[in-house]
Amino acid sequence: MNSPILLQPDETFILNVGPQHPATHGVLRVKMEMNGEYIVNAETVIGYIHRMHEKMGELKTYPQFLMNLSRMDYLGALGYSHGHVLLVEKASGIVVPERAEYIRAIMVELNRIASHLFWFGAFVMDLGGFSPLMYALQDREHILDMLEAVTGSRLTYCYFRFGGLYNDVDDDFITAARQFIPRMRKSMKKYHKLVTGNIIFRKRLEGIAPLSKEMCRKYGASSAVARGSGINFDVRKNEPYSVYPEFDFDVPVYHECDSLARYMVRMDEIEQSLRIVEQGLDKLPGGPIMPDKKPKLIKPPVGDYYQAVETARGSFGIRLVSDGGKNPYRLKLRSPTYSNMHLFDEACRGMMIMDALAFMGSLDLVIPEIDR
Amino acid sequence: MVAYFTEIFTGLMSLFIGMGITFKEFFKPTVTVSYPYETLTMSARYRGHIELVENEEGNSQCVVCGLCEKACPSDCITLAGEKPEGGKKKVLTKYMLDFTKCSLCGSCVESCSFGAITFSKEYNLASTKKEDFYFDLLKRLEERNT
Repeated sequence: MNSPILLQPDETFILNVGPQHPATHGVLRVKMEMNGEYIVNAETVIGYIHRMHEKMGELKTYPQFLMNLSRMDYLGALGYSHGHVLLVEKASGIVVPERAEYIRAIMVELNRIASHLFWFGAFVMDLGGFSPLMYALQDREHILDMLEAVTGSRLTYCYFRFGGLYNDVDDDFITAARQFIPRMRKSMKKYHKLVTGNIIFRKRLEGIAPLSKEMCRKYGASSAVARGSGINFDVRKNEPYSVYPEFDFDVPVYHECDSLARYMVRMDEIEQSLRIVEQGLDKLPGGPIMPDKKPKLIKPPVGDYYQAVETARGSFGIRLVSDGGKNPYRLKLRSPTYSNMHLFDEACRGMMIMDALAFMGSLDLVIPEIDR
Repeated sequence: MVAYFTEIFTGLMSLFIGMGITFKEFFKPTVTVSYPYETLTMSARYRGHIELVENEEGNSQCVVCGLCEKACPSDCITLAGEKPEGGKKKVLTKYMLDFTKCSLCGSCVESCSFGAITFSKEYNLASTKKEDFYFDLLKRLEERNT
């Protein structure tokens, strides 16, 4: 437990974590003021891989900006593209065929599982266990193979188009996805036995880094960070979009507020995503994947539009201000990990450094997505 | 006191269960490929860098409309063409791809209504020189034909 520390200013020292610490999976720097092994103050420094995605959004035409979205979050790229295409479709009144919407939902959920699997492996590796990463990557590889066969790439998909999809799924994909579901369920049992039950793992997470509901609200946290603190918020349920209202799935919520609760939320989410994929494959309608009538040049009418989606990392919001031209006037990207990460400065005060790193792992940070 | 010993016992058990799983995995077949000695075949839809498509006579199908140049988000493509004497259609004389800027989005292939460009299956493209990434696609097409 975090015991209160006696602040002795002359005995503190500054510890620089990063900018290339392996536990952060990106280029994040944390400046920590330490008193022995306890953190007195921490300051996260971001912006090392800022690529001006928002400015690029203003300079490029709508179709040209499509591929940028998958460069934001390299682990759960499809969720971000989904938000962008939904927004532009809403703005310019393009009707998406039902089949395309179902395939989008299936792909996004598969991508979410892949992202959570990688997080699971990396998180356990942060805590000192190496083999779960290998098992998680093996399962993730099945998803990447499926996605590669359909989209043509393994990480930065660029698969969705305004109005539909880049290309259709084939029978091989459907068979592979159907085979994957029972396989993944079996693996989940293995992970729970191997990791969740492990005494060392539990001791390092239980009761560590409690985040109150108020703090989550203050910083605008979403995803497992908010749901692990008892806030039942999921954009797929609260502001339904696409075909998600057609699916029967639950939102896992834990009230323990600690690092283990955040871990459990993500593990349960994998199961819920599997349920969505299963139902999506059952309900998958036939038909075209692109609408018959689609404007040749995309020019949304003058206005202010917003779309939020639930990505693997939380609620991603995208706001478009259009002046009727072929480029957006302003494109604001609300990144979920940006909000989730800023909790860290306040929450880690008084924590031991190893607990703080475990806590940082439980936030599931993807740095390119914070820096944009 | 009882709780203390129960925790030690369950804790030890959880470690043995974990070791049992890794022990079982140890005897499972290898799933990795020892690259570069073994390589995988790329999937049919794999998106490598672009390549010109040839027609039956071995020439490019391109009509120099410039749509791919316009569609590209990063200005990677430069092309030029000229009308041969007595001919009606433009003929491609230069097609350069600046692969240092390309992000393999495939907008160019989609924008082409003549089926003149396609994705290649190449992925071994590491180099220490920047010049190696300026591809002259027309030259590559000629090299393929000879």
